[in-house]
Amino acid sequence: MSDWQTQKQERQTRLEAGGRFAQGKLVASTDTRALLEAVIRPDDRVCLEGDNQKQADHLAEALAQADTARLHGLHIVQSGVVLPAHLDLFARGIASRLDFSYSGPQSGAIARALYSGKIQLGAIHTYIELFARYFMDLTPHVALIAAVSADRDGNLYTGPNTEDTPTIVEATAFKSGIVVAQVNEIVDRVPRVDIPGDRVDYVIQAPRPFFVEPLFTRDPAQVTDTQILMGMMALRGIYAPYGVRRLNHGIGFGTAAIELLLPTYGESLGLKGKVATHWALNPHPTLIPAIESGWVQQIHCFGSEVGMDGYMRARPDIFFTGADGSLRSNRAFCQLAGLYACDMFIGSTLQIDLQGNSSTVTPERIPGFGGAPNMGADAHGRRHPSDSWLKAGREGSDTPPAMTRGRKLVVQLLETFGDKNAPTFVEELASVRFAEKMKLDLVPVMIYGDDVTHVVTEEGIANLLLCRTPEEREQAIRGVAGFTDVGRARDRKQVEALRQRGVVQRAEDLGINPLDANRHLLAARSVRDLVGWSGGLYRPPGKFRNW
Amino acid sequence: METLQIHQDAPRRAGGEKPSAITGVVASGNLEVLLERVLPGARCEVNVRTPIGGFDAVWRAVVADFIERQSPGGLRISVNDGGARPDTVSLRLAQGVRLMEATE
Repeated sequence: MSDWQTQKQERQTRLEAGGRFAQGKLVASTDTRALLEAVIRPDDRVCLEGDNQKQADHLAEALAQADTARLHGLHIVQSGVVLPAHLDLFARGIASRLDFSYSGPQSGAIARALYSGKIQLGAIHTYIELFARYFMDLTPHVALIAAVSADRDGNLYTGPNTEDTPTIVEATAFKSGIVVAQVNEIVDRVPRVDIPGDRVDYVIQAPRPFFVEPLFTRDPAQVTDTQILMGMMALRGIYAPYGVRRLNHGIGFGTAAIELLLPTYGESLGLKGKVATHWALNPHPTLIPAIESGWVQQIHCFGSEVGMDGYMRARPDIFFTGADGSLRSNRAFCQLAGLYACDMFIGSTLQIDLQGNSSTVTPERIPGFGGAPNMGADAHGRRHPSDSWLKAGREGSDTPPAMTRGRKLVVQLLETFGDKNAPTFVEELASVRFAEKMKLDLVPVMIYGDDVTHVVTEEGIANLLLCRTPEEREQAIRGVAGFTDVGRARDRKQVEALRQRGVVQRAEDLGINPLDANRHLLAARSVRDLVGWSGGLYRPPGKFRNW
Repeated sequence: METLQIHQDAPRRAGGEKPSAITGVVASGNLEVLLERVLPGARCEVNVRTPIGGFDAVWRAVVADFIERQSPGGLRISVNDGGARPDTVSLRLAQGVRLMEATE
């Protein structure tokens, strides 16, 4: 006879072990470590909520101090590995296996831990891919999450940074796992219920509010003339002809420049209301001038951004907000919107090769991918048409028009030289060397070349949809690779021929005067200007207040 | 400080009549470009002063490409570099030629 209840029984045993430290669901922060040692078992899969922005930092630090005789060999399954404590888990042997999406500030430390054998790497995922695996083969035994406030029944209010929490809790709570939440405060009544209390087992009031990383604030003062030129080319050469209304922007300065050009250059091109109306986007402060100028109809957010809460609260026509008035973000749903309901992704990368494959992974740094592989991929399950999607499909295909499916526009926006004058165009991605060194079955590629439709640099736009052979593709990419070795090794005749066909377009082909590529064209030239546009509602964090 | 002088004939004489123009600033990652309409016909001369050595080949490629694309015939161009990347150099040179096209 099979016993079909083992997971429920296991859960019960753990709850009894944890119950010694709890009054109802409440646990004192001085008992956090003891609670975690009681409810987690060696080799468990643990999701220690580290989202793109919000971090369960108190729980992370307590877990990192656990007795290694009691806790070891954990398999960490979380989207963001961002805090030093996340790496301490591996250094101390509490955790040994890792499946993740994004590491940002810990990208160098993760690389070192991999080489020293402290981390066995499963895979680097895109967000919804990891979320999907939470429901398939990476279901957490224990989830350690973060929220703004809780009541005594465990109902959680996440505030604007809901992010991954509903997804993590769904996978853990409904598969007999244990959910532990750190909150900033215990209240009698939460402002809104983001997570129902019957999915939460323990609540701990943390000694200090959880950490949120301001990831999406780009200071307009740092936007360069080159980025403005690239933004003008993108608006004129891609947004306008394809009429892209539904889109996602990456987090780089290039796309920040485009956001700041919408109310000025975009307006002069007559594009208002015709492009960039619906967004899957984190609340970028640099989009405030476009919102205030009436360009934007709607934005759904993956997470929030430090300082933007008051502004979004005052703009519920634009943002998704709860009954309490504050933003409701949700990374899983917003990534779905990016996959199925956006006609364009435009973002930057560290390296791109001759066929348009791109990666941010080098042997020294493993920053992960975040949402880019998802946003920057054509959704083959998509079945609803739009003009821009169909136009891209027609350009990229020679099949009979009746059966031509559409294509998502996937645009890589990059300057030909990056940090420390390192060329961004390369013959071979550094991630190929990394995969060899680590004996990985799969080379980490952020966006595959066959998904990329356009490459935009300061030298021009390469439309890869119009290329028909790998040779054409290579020359189109070389043709915008500037003075990098890759660019200088171009076949000039072939590139000129591609230019005649409109595959390669220069600023002058698009009617752009380089004299206009000037900071005066930006709708805001400083963070202070952004505050002004918002009527004082945007409250930037201290490090961006330079006035 | 490295210096580099490049002579090359442009496809055509630069447009406009302005005798001189200046654009950009000498700052980290930026550069200053002075253009003077002092040479006969389609002759062009570019003088580069840069604090960073070892990039002669890239400078020559950037300048050759600029002369071919922007046709600055008749101009003597002096570049005061502050360690700018090639893309910034190209943009400033192109902007300089456009400034010269303005009628006085």
